[in-house]
Amino acid sequence: MRPVYAISGGVSKFAKARPDKTFQAVVKEAYDYAIADIGLEHPKFIELVDGSVASYFSDHFARQLMAGIMVQDYLGLIPKPSHRVEGGGATGGLCFQEAWKSVASGHMDIALAYGFEQMSHVETWKGNEFIALASDVSFDYPVGGFYSGYYAMMVTRHMKEFGTTPEQLAHVSVKNHMNAYYNPYSQKRRKLSIEDVRNAPMVAWPLTRLDICVMSDGAAATILVSEEGLEKLIKAGAQIPQPLVKITGIGRGTDAMRMADRPHVDYDTFMKDYATPQERDSDDTRAYYKALWEHGTRYPGVHSFRAGRTAGNMAYKMAGVTDPLGELDFVELHDAYTSSEIQTYEDMGLCRYGEGGPFAASGKAFMPGIDYGLDLPDDPACPVNPSGGLIACGHPVGATGLMQAVFAIWQLQGTINKHFGDDTLQVKDAKRGAIHSHAGTGTYVTVTILERED
Amino acid sequence: MSKQPTKREETLGGTIVHGLPFPSELTPESLEWLRKMQPIRIEQDYSITYLHSYGQDSPFFAGLTNKVLLGNQEVDTGYTYATPRGHGMYDGKETRWVPLPHEGKVHAFTVCYFGSEEFLPETPFILALIEFEGADTLFLTRLLGLNPDDAGLHWIGMKVKARFLRNAKLKPTDVYFVPIEA
Repeated sequence: MRPVYAISGGVSKFAKARPDKTFQAVVKEAYDYAIADIGLEHPKFIELVDGSVASYFSDHFARQLMAGIMVQDYLGLIPKPSHRVEGGGATGGLCFQEAWKSVASGHMDIALAYGFEQMSHVETWKGNEFIALASDVSFDYPVGGFYSGYYAMMVTRHMKEFGTTPEQLAHVSVKNHMNAYYNPYSQKRRKLSIEDVRNAPMVAWPLTRLDICVMSDGAAATILVSEEGLEKLIKAGAQIPQPLVKITGIGRGTDAMRMADRPHVDYDTFMKDYATPQERDSDDTRAYYKALWEHGTRYPGVHSFRAGRTAGNMAYKMAGVTDPLGELDFVELHDAYTSSEIQTYEDMGLCRYGEGGPFAASGKAFMPGIDYGLDLPDDPACPVNPSGGLIACGHPVGATGLMQAVFAIWQLQGTINKHFGDDTLQVKDAKRGAIHSHAGTGTYVTVTILERED
Repeated sequence: MSKQPTKREETLGGTIVHGLPFPSELTPESLEWLRKMQPIRIEQDYSITYLHSYGQDSPFFAGLTNKVLLGNQEVDTGYTYATPRGHGMYDGKETRWVPLPHEGKVHAFTVCYFGSEEFLPETPFILALIEFEGADTLFLTRLLGLNPDDAGLHWIGMKVKARFLRNAKLKPTDVYFVPIEA
């Protein structure tokens, strides 16, 4: 595999509705931003780019099949090669990795990854119905198909297994909404308290409206290149932002569509197949897990995302990460629900399984230098969702994973101030970050590691 | 050769707006103004009836109609699925049908106060995953007989029993669960 660099990106402002433009034109905003950031104009970039990957989740929202080719057409990329990827909420993450594959394999030197979703064309509750069709329509959907309900069931089990509390979940909401306060691209910029979150209308017990991301219209685009692609762009007059950002780890995992089918494996299987090397090597952690299993915990059940752990382990191995909390400077992860952020802390090895709740309230995942109005016992260690995440930025599904990639690129370039007009969310001296994209109750999960190349 | 119509017949039906503001003359200025126009939005209906096949899972629904809860079992490993599955995840072979107990325990639950459009009229309703003695996986169902306002972790582990609709609809909701105490 060849080295691959993520050199640029663009994000349209995410909004509840963008009736002013069709989906093609919203993608065009993100694309124009991405090529402007490397100082190229469209005719020159089109001459050099080898192809693209399109990302969108649902044909239902737009009532349009083959929307990807319509974007390809609108952007002026035809007749160059392209394909659409789809994997629920992880569609954007899969798209980014497909573009990486195109370049790493030598198939392309310059690849564009773009994604979008326009969810505002239907009422919210019809939108929930469309999303719920991403569950088994024979056995899950007819029972009361509602993704917030599915995740709420997962978190009640997490609470039962590990003692996680609704207030710990609310810490995630306060953090991400406050981070988004400094992100002009975000959909919801709000200063909240734990009480605000808990007193919001209940959607699916124990998740309130402020524990759950909203539906959005939006788009994002990134440009990935090989060393040869980089040379071609520079030769054409591109001003590539420095330092370069290299993709150093790629991981993916999957799990059963019906969460009722998730296995409940024993301690030995967990340690052999799923534990991180760091967990395996720690006497203390092995004893901790042994005690959990003796108490009745089984893995992954419905409280944990085995696909997330699989993706994380794979990406960490490729990138040489052995201590995620100590070696990652930030993580942009898929927080469609506050509960899924907590579950993902554990999957990604930022803490041990069962410790996600206390980790959320510890302060370790918060940004330094921001007053969240919370009493946090620990200093920030690895900011999670410094952008505000899905909960506050919005979740136009096909764009989301690419939005995470764009924010990660800007963090590692050190250009947050340039793009946000404010440096509050710039992680100081960020060298390595992870992005995490996640589909329906953990069916597809991607983890990608990006690093600043000094 | 008969003369074919060259003008489409028009009716007022389905028209919402008669006439939209538009420049009376197409000048460079008025054409430029068009770029500042608010978007036009129209409603489009979309309705489909699917003929959905349950395929190899069909006996499960026949079972519900006859007040029997069926699961599947792997032939080689004995791994038992509480939600039908035609081929084993571990042995890769066609599974056999096995009856499941009509009593189990709540493994996880939620109370849905909102929902997808189809289920909004039924809110609040309780979703639950049920675990059965002898089964390795769970079953998603509706839980009745509990007050949504009393939701709490004490519901997890609660013993529940199956109830079947008298008039089956051939849906997984032909079975639901209630607390055994009820």
